[in-house]
Amino acid sequence: MTRKRRRLYVVAASMLCLGVATALVLLAFQDSIVFFRSPSEIADMKPASGQRLRLGGLVEEKSVRKLADSVTAFRVTDLNKTVEVTYRGILPDLFREGQGVVADGRMNADGVFVASQVLAKHDETYMPKEVAEALKKSGRWQETGPQKMKAKP
Amino acid sequence: MQRFANPGKFLRLAAVVQPVAITVLAMSLVLGLILGLVVAPPDYQQGDTVRIMYVHVPAAWMALFVYTVMAVASAVTLIWRHPLAEIAARASAPIGACFTFVALATGSLWGKPMWGTWWVWDARLTSVLVLFFLYVGYIALANAFDDEERGGRAASILALVGFVNVPIIKFSVDWWNTLHQPASVLKIGGPAIDASMLWPLLLMAVAFKAFYVAVLIMRMRAELAERRLRVATLAGAQG
Repeated sequence: MTRKRRRLYVVAASMLCLGVATALVLLAFQDSIVFFRSPSEIADMKPASGQRLRLGGLVEEKSVRKLADSVTAFRVTDLNKTVEVTYRGILPDLFREGQGVVADGRMNADGVFVASQVLAKHDETYMPKEVAEALKKSGRWQETGPQKMKAKP
Repeated sequence: MQRFANPGKFLRLAAVVQPVAITVLAMSLVLGLILGLVVAPPDYQQGDTVRIMYVHVPAAWMALFVYTVMAVASAVTLIWRHPLAEIAARASAPIGACFTFVALATGSLWGKPMWGTWWVWDARLTSVLVLFFLYVGYIALANAFDDEERGGRAASILALVGFVNVPIIKFSVDWWNTLHQPASVLKIGGPAIDASMLWPLLLMAVAFKAFYVAVLIMRMRAELAERRLRVATLAGAQG
């Protein structure tokens, strides 16, 4: 075996080991790498009231209500479970019913999620307005929001 | 492999490729910018803000591409002791770091109006920040030794170790839920971008790639000239 060949094997074997090690580490930390949890996941984990977490999902249709004192109340859904959310402050421009959102906050004792920050999440499709309207008209519009925010059937 | 190890051959090839790259860069950049910033329609939900994409996405692609080039060149350096490969890896690092910085900065500027935040620690954003630090670490390590060859070897190992981050960045948006949306162009089932927006994006990607080739050759030629000068000075001092 020439030295070049030996070095090739050493580099290849090291990269393989490194790849496996990284994969194992990432698998082990999977729970902390996810950015948000869906309403179904939150229902399963039953967080203690006051525990800080991020809730992600779609803003449920016809659920947005303006309350007094610039507080907005809405429901976040993954089309399986929903969570009631209240938020005081200015919402991002993309916030609307059907849109994906990620809310950072805590569950209160009544099971309402009190958000301290609401972020909008959009999906990966880009198109001009006319195309979006044409798709809606022809009934081929696929509502709505990022796929990952929906519960797996 | 050894065929390309000859700097003379490389310089002759470079003299042909570089003007071609600069021509392609000039044409695709002008056309891409006009199409992207003026002709392309605003997005149905993001409006004109979507135009940040024409800089952000090509920069992010190049950040990954240049790192991949660096990792391959580093492997060739370590295994075959190929002198030009080391020069290529060293010359690529600052270019890649700049692309990564541009991707991070434009992403931040895009995130504020659309998501409502400059920065979040989700898997995609964090792994790209790690990529930026890998580039900076590579540059620091490659120049940290008095003996250039040792520095080059240490930095090559770092570049290879850091390569595990590249698939993590690419697939972070599929493996974990993130604030960043999944890939729009390189996805199963074809691009999710309307053709009127996809073409300017691809043109800009060509421009960024041509820029990389042109600047890489420029930096490699400068490095080769510098090494030749050093040898000549050394020989002059001894003689």
